[in-house]
Amino acid sequence: MPTIQFQLNGTAAAVDAGPDQTLLDVLRGRLGVTSPHFGCGAGECGACHVMVGDHAMASCDMPMWSVADKDIVTVEGLGTAEQPHPLQRAFIAEQAMQCGYCVSGILISAAALLKRNPSPTEAEVRTALDRNLCRCGSHNRIVRAVLRAASEMARS
Amino acid sequence: MSSASPAPTLPVSLAANPKLSSWVKLIGDGRVAISPGKVEIGQGIVTALAQIAADELDVDIGRIDMIRASTAASPNEGVTSGSLSVQQSGRALRHACAEVRQRFLVAASERLGVDASLLEIEDGAISGPGNVRTSYWELASDVSLDHDAIAGATAKIVTKRTVAGHSVQRVDIPDKVFARPRFIHDCPLPDLLHGRVLRPDISGARLIALDETATRTVPGLIAIVRDGGFSGVVADSEAAAEAALKALRKGAAWSAGEPLPDEDDLAGFLKSQPIETTVIDLRTTAATTENSARTLRRQYIRPYIAHASIAPSCAMAQWAGDDRVHVWTHSQGVYLLRADLATVLKLPAENIVVEHMEGAGCYGHNAADDVALDAVLLAKGAGGRPVRVQWSRHDEMSHAPFGAAMAIEIEADLDADNEIVGWRHAIWSNGHAARPGRAAQPALLAATEITTPWPRMISTNPPAASGGGGDRNSVPLYDLPAWTVTSHRLLIMPVRTSALRTLGGQGNVFAIESLLDEIAALRGEDPIAFRLRHLRDERAKEVIRAAARRAQWKPQKQSGIGHGVGFARYKNTGAYCAAIAEIEGTDDIRVKRLTLAVDVGEAINPDGVINQIEGGAIQATSWVLKERVRFDRTRITSTSWTDYPILTFSEVPAVDVEIVQRPEIEPVGAGEAAHGPVTAAIANAVYDCLGVRMRDLPITRDKIIAAIELAS
Repeated sequence: MPTIQFQLNGTAAAVDAGPDQTLLDVLRGRLGVTSPHFGCGAGECGACHVMVGDHAMASCDMPMWSVADKDIVTVEGLGTAEQPHPLQRAFIAEQAMQCGYCVSGILISAAALLKRNPSPTEAEVRTALDRNLCRCGSHNRIVRAVLRAASEMARS
Repeated sequence: MSSASPAPTLPVSLAANPKLSSWVKLIGDGRVAISPGKVEIGQGIVTALAQIAADELDVDIGRIDMIRASTAASPNEGVTSGSLSVQQSGRALRHACAEVRQRFLVAASERLGVDASLLEIEDGAISGPGNVRTSYWELASDVSLDHDAIAGATAKIVTKRTVAGHSVQRVDIPDKVFARPRFIHDCPLPDLLHGRVLRPDISGARLIALDETATRTVPGLIAIVRDGGFSGVVADSEAAAEAALKALRKGAAWSAGEPLPDEDDLAGFLKSQPIETTVIDLRTTAATTENSARTLRRQYIRPYIAHASIAPSCAMAQWAGDDRVHVWTHSQGVYLLRADLATVLKLPAENIVVEHMEGAGCYGHNAADDVALDAVLLAKGAGGRPVRVQWSRHDEMSHAPFGAAMAIEIEADLDADNEIVGWRHAIWSNGHAARPGRAAQPALLAATEITTPWPRMISTNPPAASGGGGDRNSVPLYDLPAWTVTSHRLLIMPVRTSALRTLGGQGNVFAIESLLDEIAALRGEDPIAFRLRHLRDERAKEVIRAAARRAQWKPQKQSGIGHGVGFARYKNTGAYCAAIAEIEGTDDIRVKRLTLAVDVGEAINPDGVINQIEGGAIQATSWVLKERVRFDRTRITSTSWTDYPILTFSEVPAVDVEIVQRPEIEPVGAGEAAHGPVTAAIANAVYDCLGVRMRDLPITRDKIIAAIELAS
C-alpha cells in the first residue's frame, strides 16, 4: 500500500492508502476530519467538497493517489471560533442555514470562489454554488452570506 | 409517561409529562438545563424553546443548555412534526418555567425575609429591597422540582418578554460553521464498527438465497448478519463495510418482487384501486344546486415526492448482553421509535434507550427510523461493540417512504354569473402517514424483511382533529354556500408512502387555489379581490392584503411575465400564509420572485419564522418545477441526484417574507405554511403568463408545450 503525502489544513499528512480509497473516506475515517460530509458518493451534491489548491472538489469520489502532494483545505482549516474566516462570520450573521448538513461543502465552494474572485457578483456566487445542493431552501441566505464575506474581505 | 391526572388547563405536553424536573433543572456553574421532548431537525426549534425558557426564568439565554431528547429522561412529546413544536413544547416550557420561577421566588422570600412580590430576578440573580440577594443556584437545594406542574402558573405578559419575539441567533449554528461535530454522522463512539444493509433493486423483492463465500474474505469484515430476508455486514471501517456489501450483493438471489404502477398514469392508477372512502366535510345551504348553470370539473395531480435529505439516514446501536440496547438516532420521535423497536425485538421498552442526535433536515418521515432498526439488527453481530449504519444515496432515494401521489377532482357548480353555488372535492391517494409507534405493528422497513416478517404497514391518514392526511387543507376556508369533501384512501401500497411536509396539504391547496383562480378569471374578477370577497376570517384577509401590498399587486401586464396568488391556513388551524409568484418564460419557465406574508400568531423568533417560510417556499418551488419520483414497472429509477434533480442555486427565486405580527396570539409553527400557497401561486402565474392551466405537477417544459399545443 503506497504512502500518500499531502498538505491538510496547512500541516503535512501522510497516509497509507489502497487504490480504492477515497479522500473523503480517509479524512472522515483515519484522520477524524468530519466537516466534509457524505451525501451521495458520486460527486453530485457537494456536501463533501474540500479545497484542492484554489478549487472546490468532491472528495467522495477522489482517489487517494490523486491527492499526492496536493494542498487540501477543509472547514477545520478555514478558521476557528476565536479567529473565524470571514465566511464563517458571515454565515452566522446571516443565519445562513437550516439543518446545515450541506454547509461545510458550501463554505469550501465559497472560500475557493473568493480566492479566485474576491468580488463576485451575485450571479457568480450562484454559479459557483450550483454544484452544492441544499434541500432546506437556505440558498438566498447563503448567497447573501458569501457576498457579505466578500465585501468584508475587500474592506480589510 | 406519568399517569397523574393533571388539571385541565395545563398545556397538552405538560399534562402528559407533568413533572417539572423533567423539563427544567438548575445545574451547577450557573447553568440551566432545558429538556424538551421535541428535536432539532434544522428548523431552529431548540433556539426558539431556549428563548421561551430564558424569558420565563429571567436568565440569559447563554446560560441555557438544551438537552437532546432521550427516552432515558426526556418528556415524551410524541413526534416532532406537523409544525406543532412551538405550540406543544413551547407552551409546556413557558408554563413549566413560569412555575419554576414562582417556586424560586417563594423560596427566596423565605430565605431573605422579603415578600416575594418585592423580589426581582435578573439573569438568575434574585434581589430585593435592602440589597438582599440570592440566586437560583444558591437556592437549588431548597427547591425541589420533582413536583407535578399545577395549572394556573402565570407566564409573563407579552410586553415583559425580552427574548421571545426577537431574532436571537440560533444556538446550533456556530458548531455547524466551525466544524464542531454535531450531526450523528460525525460523532463516532469509542470502538465503533460500521454496518451496511443489503437491499434489493427490485421493488418488494425478498432475499431468498445468499452465498457468503466471497464476502468472508473481505479484509476488515467482522460479521455477516442474516435474519430471514434481512442481511447486512459489519466491518471495522466504512470502506471495508462498503467492500463487504459489494461482495454480498453478488451472492444474493431475490424473489420477483411486486409490480409498480405506470408512472405516466398516476390518476388512472390511483382511481382504480381498492379504497376506503371517508366523507371529510359536508356543507349544505338552501339555495344551492338549483341555481347551478354549469359545472366545471377539474382534475389535479401531485406525483410521489422524495424527502431526499442531503444526508443519507444514519444510526448507531450498541447491545449490552442480549436484552438491552442503546440506540442513537435522528428520528423525529424517540419514544415512538422505541415502541416499534420493542415490538420487533420482543423486548420490554425499558430495555431500550433511544437517544436523539441531529441529522440533516428530514422534511417528514424518511428513513431515519428504518436505519435505527438496521443498526440494532446488525449490532447483534458486533459482540457488544457499537455499530454505525448509514444508508446509500441509492437506498435513501428508493427504499425510504415517499410523499404520497394524489389525484384530486373538484367539481364546481356555477350560477349564471359564474358565482360558486356548489363544490365537490374528492381525493384519491395512499395514506400520508405510516410513522412508527402508533399501531400494533411496526412501521420499520427491516421488520418486513426478518425471518418472521411483519406485513408492510399500509399508510393511513391522521384524523381530521390532527389536521387530516390526504384530506389536509381540503375543506375550503372560503365561505362557499355548499360543499362535499371526500377522501378515498388506497388499501394497497405498491409505492411506500408516509409523511412528507404538509401531507396532503400541498396537493389540496394547489387544487383549490387553482380552480378559484380559474373561476375568478371566468368572471373577469381580480383573483385577490375574488378571494377576499369569499373570506370571513380577518387574519386570512390580512395576510393576503399584506402579500398584495408587498408585491404591489397587480403589476402592469408585461409579455413573458406572469403573476399568480395562492393562499391557505395550514391545516385550517395553523399559520396563515399568502404567496404571490412572479414568473417569466415562454415554454421553460423561471420563478423570479416569491412574495409571502405569514401570520403565525406570536413569532417567537421572527428571523427563524422567515427562515422557515423562505425554505418552505424554495422547497415548494423545487417540488413544483422539478420533482417527481420515477419508476418503471419493477423498480424505483430516480435513485441519484441526476435522476431526481432539485432546484439549484441559480434556479432559486428571490423570496421576500413579511410577518404579520400578532404577539398577543398563541404561536403556531411555520415549517409547512408556504408549500401549498407557493405551489398554487406558481401555477396561477403560469396561466397569467402563458394562458394555460397546469394541473399536473411538476410543471415542466414538456407539459407546458403540450398544454399550449392543446389550447391552440
